[in-house]
Amino acid sequence: MDIVKLTLTKVPDLYLEAENVTPDHFAGKTAQQIGELHVHLGNQTAKISDYFSVEGKGGETAADTKIVIAGPTDKVKYIGMKMTAGEIEVQGNTDMYTAAWMAGGKIHVKGNVDSFCAIGMTGGEFIVDGNAKNYLAASYRGDWRGMQGGKVTVKGNAGSDTATFMIGGTIDIGGNVDVHLGTHAEGGKIIIRGNAKGRVGGQMVKGDIFVLGQVERMMPSYILKGEEEVELDGKKQMFQVWIGDMGERHAKRKGEVIYGKIYVPTGAGETAAPAIHTEKRKKLTDKQIEHLKEAFKDQEPTVQQVRTYIYDTFDVDMKPMQVSRLIDGIKR
Amino acid sequence: MSEYIIKNGKVYDPKTGIKGDVADVCIKDGKIADKVSSKAKVIDAKGKTVMAGAVDIHAHVAGPKVNEGRNYRPEDKLFTYKPTGKNTRMSGGFSIPTTFKTGYEYARMGYTTVMEAAMPPLYARHVHEEIKDTPIIDEGALPVFGNNWFVFEYLKNNEMDNVCAYIAWLLKTTKGYGIKIVNPGGSEAWGWGENCTTVDDPVPYFDITPAEIVKGLLTANEQLGLPHSIHIHSNNLGNPGNYETTLATLKIAEGVKAKNKFGREQVLHHTHVQFHSYGGDSWVNFESKAKEVAEYFNKNKNMTMDLGCVTLDETTTMTADGPFEHHLTSLNHLKWANVDVELETSSGIVPYVYDPNIKVCAIQWAIGLELGLYAKDPLRTFITTDHPNAGPFTRYPRVIKWLMSDKSRQEMLKGFKHSEKVIAATNLASLDRELSMFEIVQMTRAGPAKALGLENVFGGLAPGMDADVVVYNLNEDKIKNPEEIETAFSAADCVFKSGTMVVENREVISNGNKRTLWVDAKVPENKQVERDVQMKFLKFYSMTINNYEVSNHYVPNPYVIEVDSN
Ligand SMILES: [Zn+2]
Repeated sequence: MDIVKLTLTKVPDLYLEAENVTPDHFAGKTAQQIGELHVHLGNQTAKISDYFSVEGKGGETAADTKIVIAGPTDKVKYIGMKMTAGEIEVQGNTDMYTAAWMAGGKIHVKGNVDSFCAIGMTGGEFIVDGNAKNYLAASYRGDWRGMQGGKVTVKGNAGSDTATFMIGGTIDIGGNVDVHLGTHAEGGKIIIRGNAKGRVGGQMVKGDIFVLGQVERMMPSYILKGEEEVELDGKKQMFQVWIGDMGERHAKRKGEVIYGKIYVPTGAGETAAPAIHTEKRKKLTDKQIEHLKEAFKDQEPTVQQVRTYIYDTFDVDMKPMQVSRLIDGIKR
Repeated sequence: MSEYIIKNGKVYDPKTGIKGDVADVCIKDGKIADKVSSKAKVIDAKGKTVMAGAVDIHAHVAGPKVNEGRNYRPEDKLFTYKPTGKNTRMSGGFSIPTTFKTGYEYARMGYTTVMEAAMPPLYARHVHEEIKDTPIIDEGALPVFGNNWFVFEYLKNNEMDNVCAYIAWLLKTTKGYGIKIVNPGGSEAWGWGENCTTVDDPVPYFDITPAEIVKGLLTANEQLGLPHSIHIHSNNLGNPGNYETTLATLKIAEGVKAKNKFGREQVLHHTHVQFHSYGGDSWVNFESKAKEVAEYFNKNKNMTMDLGCVTLDETTTMTADGPFEHHLTSLNHLKWANVDVELETSSGIVPYVYDPNIKVCAIQWAIGLELGLYAKDPLRTFITTDHPNAGPFTRYPRVIKWLMSDKSRQEMLKGFKHSEKVIAATNLASLDRELSMFEIVQMTRAGPAKALGLENVFGGLAPGMDADVVVYNLNEDKIKNPEEIETAFSAADCVFKSGTMVVENREVISNGNKRTLWVDAKVPENKQVERDVQMKFLKFYSMTINNYEVSNHYVPNPYVIEVDSN
């Protein structure tokens, strides 16, 4: 396998759209040829070599090509878009649409990724060591075809609207997810190893969602069907099985109605939900407040910006009202 | 204005009876001319095909439901955008392209006139705003009348003069071209959660039947002597067994003679007949009745039809047939938009994937083509896809290929997942007819122009007609591979619109001088109708009459067809 090493040499003023950074585009090309491929910034077009140093060369085919990306790539979008084979390793963070419409191969991001990553994914493997923001493995806006195949693994947390319109494949989130998990899902398997905020499986007609922590509040359109022993991670465990969304149509197979299913470990469930509240409502430490002051120095951030920052950085989920007061306090 | 001479092309023109002979076509001052001076710019068309610009009699290309389609289907635009070019603006979209793309793509295919098939009068301003923003092509719009309260009430009371006066008023007020009827009575019944699926189902409250609505509007159309006939999408669209409803609708026009000064011979145009030629009584035994319907058309020379061919694409269905769209969303479970347009009509939108691996879709594909192949009179049979309902208009070249090449059809039939079942439910496999270039020209130029009452303006190459001329890089006698047909018709070598070269070497080079066609029918003053209109606006409409009219600035370059109906 040939390796191409891209190192970001210049942080772009705007966001860099790098849909050409895939093994498919790099295969069969020299470092020089790769450097000539275009990137977009707003309505301007530039070359990969304007922003990255390129070392190595592409393999004969996409499958023989590995791309290693180094440097502060927080503002680079579309890495690995539509890739079909080969490998990409990103040492830092990436912006939106990483692995969008990915069809094969492997992408490993060692930092965090932004929103809309792995949307419409049909195959391959996408691994994130940090956190993912909203609409992970969802469908493109308006589309009814979300993730259809492959595997997404996020070791940290994922944002809201994860797996919207999921049809197939597997999503494995090591931490927590925000609201609207698996909305409209019609297949696939989702494992949340932490907690899920509310509105899980809204309008889901088929598919399996495992929440190994707690579901903050189960939707009223889900019915507790009973307990079931199910194999997960190679071992059998007892789960409460909830079926729904009862507000939706449901197909029949062999005379049996198919439902979306939410599995919660026996003993967790909704009863423990207040625990989330008490845990999450904790205040920031003085040190964290100092950090926050520094981060938003000379800025007029919105409540949502600050709230997201606190969630991402300190893993504390504050209510907008609290955040608003906090901002007022900091200003004074 | 500039002069052109298109030399040595193989010319096809039903209007002057030229069937592929090598001839020159002269253009002078925007019109076809007998001859031009020596200063004329020469276009060498040797070995190429020359014909008039095409006329699309039925497409949904402007207005609120088209725009709602664009609005609620961002995924239709994904990866389709083309940046601003030298002569073109940014454009994109697939089944519901932007207004700019609509103009550019029609022009590149050699289409120069397009009829927007369903204008809700209440939103006529929006329709005209989009028409204005669609470059190059001349366009008109057909307001919908088949579910209109005024029409129901006047017809119920047998007040034909009032129907005529109202139609004339509405055409003038909305800058409309003719009378469109969509699911007569059914779209109004939809307001009660019901539908009319036969021509005898009474409309709730109004107690009038689809047959009475069609008959009444047909009579009014001929009494007014409008350039176009009634243009109908009959009841029960898209359902197995609906061909009987279609035939019952057509029967209403049987034997009626056209009355007008525009050379139009039909009294009824039935649109997207593919959707109305279904046999069977469920999706399991669903089959083609194209033969039965086409034979009826063959016998009745006072009717025309357009095909509404399914192109097997992912597209967006949109129609003033509100109940049908609700039915569709319950079949495919995809997103649904629905609107009730006050006293006038309703409409709905649902995305649809015509999947060649689904038996029903493949049968629908076959039915559209069967209709074109069974039809004996190409001057009364027009190629459409009911854009975007059965497929986008950009697929016309592909439909033409299928109609011209048995080989291409057989390959499709063989490739279907349910090939045998599709062949059993249709007649296409045994239809080896291949339409000639001349017949295609009749179906896309002379025929639709005549049916719209425009045979002396568009769709032909007789001196004095508008100089809408197209040169395709194709020679009928030398086609080796059917794909050449699709390639040639997808983008013309050059296209003239009213004497201006708008396409050169397959690319748009000018935005032309687009016009809006509308019909001004002069009727005797009618105080009763004037008063009724005032009253309805006061009592029921959510806007005042002053905000209703399409005033002149919405139609900056009008082409008005005056009709003296006094
Ligand atoms: Zn239509």
